[in-house]
Amino acid sequence: MSPTVTTSAEADGNVSLATARAAASAAASAEEAGPQPVTMAKALNTAMADAMHADDSVLVFGEDVGMLGGVFRITDGLMKTFGEQRCFDTPLAESGIVGMAVGMAINGMRPVIEMQFDAFAYPAFEQIVSHVAKMHNRTKGRVKLPMVIRVPYAGGIGGVEHHCDSSESYYAHTAGLKVYTPATVADAYHMLREAIDSDDPVMFMEPKKLYWSKDLVDLDALREEYERKADGREVTEGRAAIARSGTDATLIAYGPSVPTALAAAAAAAEEGRSLEVIDIRTIVPFDDATVAASVRKTGRAVVVAEAHGFASVSSEIVARIQERCFHHLAAPIRRVTGFDVPYPAPKLEHFYLPGVDRILDAVDDLQWED
Amino acid sequence: MTISADHASLGATGQGRPTLEVAEDARLPGPAAEAVRKFGITTEDYMLPARHQIQMVDQDGNLKHHSEQGAEPGHEYPLPGNDELLAAYEQLVVGRRVNDQNSALVRQGRMAVYPSSHGQEACQVAAALCLADGDWMFPTYRDAVAVMARGVDPIEAMTIFRGDWHGGYDPLKHKVGIQCTPLTTQLLHAVGVAHAAKLRGEDTVVLAMCGDGATSEGDFHEALNFAAVFHLPVIFFVQNNQYAISVPLAHQSVAPSLAHKAVGYGMAGERVDGNDAVALLAVLDRAVKLAREGSGPLLVEAHTYRMQAHTNADDATRYRQDSEVAQWVARDPLTRMKRYLTDKGLLDDGSDARIAEKAETVAAQLRTGLGEDVSVDPQDLFKYVFATRTLQLDQQSALLADELARDAAGAFSEEEAYK
Repeated sequence: MSPTVTTSAEADGNVSLATARAAASAAASAEEAGPQPVTMAKALNTAMADAMHADDSVLVFGEDVGMLGGVFRITDGLMKTFGEQRCFDTPLAESGIVGMAVGMAINGMRPVIEMQFDAFAYPAFEQIVSHVAKMHNRTKGRVKLPMVIRVPYAGGIGGVEHHCDSSESYYAHTAGLKVYTPATVADAYHMLREAIDSDDPVMFMEPKKLYWSKDLVDLDALREEYERKADGREVTEGRAAIARSGTDATLIAYGPSVPTALAAAAAAAEEGRSLEVIDIRTIVPFDDATVAASVRKTGRAVVVAEAHGFASVSSEIVARIQERCFHHLAAPIRRVTGFDVPYPAPKLEHFYLPGVDRILDAVDDLQWED
Repeated sequence: MTISADHASLGATGQGRPTLEVAEDARLPGPAAEAVRKFGITTEDYMLPARHQIQMVDQDGNLKHHSEQGAEPGHEYPLPGNDELLAAYEQLVVGRRVNDQNSALVRQGRMAVYPSSHGQEACQVAAALCLADGDWMFPTYRDAVAVMARGVDPIEAMTIFRGDWHGGYDPLKHKVGIQCTPLTTQLLHAVGVAHAAKLRGEDTVVLAMCGDGATSEGDFHEALNFAAVFHLPVIFFVQNNQYAISVPLAHQSVAPSLAHKAVGYGMAGERVDGNDAVALLAVLDRAVKLAREGSGPLLVEAHTYRMQAHTNADDATRYRQDSEVAQWVARDPLTRMKRYLTDKGLLDDGSDARIAEKAETVAAQLRTGLGEDVSVDPQDLFKYVFATRTLQLDQQSALLADELARDAAGAFSEEEAYK
């Protein structure tokens, strides 16, 4: 909606209520029309608000999500807009939050719950693994659990211990859970709306170091696009994105590691090496086709992930590539992951986190001379 | 000091805080406040269980004098009506028959396992009968008799133990949660169901079941606290059968009783003789009524006894004496109820025989249903993991189908291989 429309409508002197409302809204947001720098936090917040507008059964609850708007402010304003019945604080008990959400989902609601930090979700592990993941299966599909468990995860924010875990592998290993993790602002909006609309339970892993990263997006356009796509079930679930096209090797990353992989690809380009970057987006379900097609094309692959490498999502990705692309590989697949140590204290985390140099070293090792 | 006085004193003594103008019982749910006003008792007197467990019919089947039933001001329980008592007796007889039939079927290898509620049937029956049609129940693995008493088909209720699927009935159709194995995790689901109903303005009551050992679990605490904080109509019904597999209650809790835990959450608790169906119905009926009227949650502890081992895989002689078990034989819930109803003129040999016949019909249904060889569909493995199936599961489903097709074509014959 451009300011021009407002002017012409007023000139007509024949303003319908709808036009007037649109005009008022356009005037108010005139400066914000079109693509603007928007944070991932704002996109997630808007996605929840839009989902709550679209469906009365969508509820948001957790610790500090009401009046405060969440410790990361992702639920900012939802209680004010939708009332305490639909966005509220719970007692401080993660198993209680998840278990109550299970009961609400059994009884017709679509809860979107927040675990305050990755490591604070562990008290809820039994509810997640034994009930959230299995209810549909145990009841032969009679009970669906349309619920979203939002988990701010991973490090890079200088957080103290228990605030920076990469816990995605625990959930990805559990049959019955879908695991989403956005890396861009637009994906954050689309994927959260899709998770809320899904009839399956979704672990929604939010890379907390990207909360304040900005992309140029138009939230109104994203909303329209999502609502249009939702009709035709054109979805991001199970579809990786090619974040950057390249020809010499493929970097495979997800969540917090995607920007790092892109920075590495940009640096490699300066050295004359063309790297393709795949953003996995949904760990479960996994998009084998996109990853395999890229690796078959380039013949070389490096998987980048913040989590410890041992028995992790990154190991799974390597195994899947090996099973599908063995004869196309010019070099063994390399991994750049966190070390197999507890997440370090703030002054040590830069040694731990996969960075551009470590990724480029791995790329250099891909047997280019052969 | 009462809770209300303590709360009011916060304002008077809080440093730098504004003085809270709190009416004496402002925090109390309606029925509690009413009881406090009506009987002149303190909030704790209302929330704490009566000094003695509620027992209406003694172990010989005699109706106790009102003054000896354990009733106190704020803890009064009217005698249930005759129709309800007769319905309960019928379900007791059926429940006992089901327990014993299933134990026999396990010995015959027709069921994988059966955690029997033999001796606890009065709790099972009362838990089901106190609820209205629109209410929900969340049972444990030992509550199959309660599940059946809510109207679930006996074979569907036993599917979990037959071993062809984890659950056999539709929880949404019957408003009965899937029988839960991880202890007390289902109490939170009960809280969620009640919360959703409350948000929609429905008057659904939810009864959540667990045992004495389960009260040590963290989810017990979280569920009771959530239900109290959100003021939800949930009845937490603890069957204290004295043992968690082998571990006696003394190793779980040193609280004066499990019902005493209620006051810590700001809810009312009560103790009842778990082998006295009359008292159980009286206490649970009132709990359902109070919850529906807006009292918030309640905790009811029933004292009962697991007459048999934990399951067929357990050996109870390793941890308890026969003499202890013998004491509880004398307190059996069926014989007591039968004597009481017979003395009351509600039951005679003829009607008792008709009830026994009904129980035999159910037992025959179990023998037939569980005696049949069940055919399982291997593709069911993949069908119910997700509402929207993943490509990976499509591939694994195709792999298994291909493997089975090759077996059928003779590439591999189990019969041949293990001949």
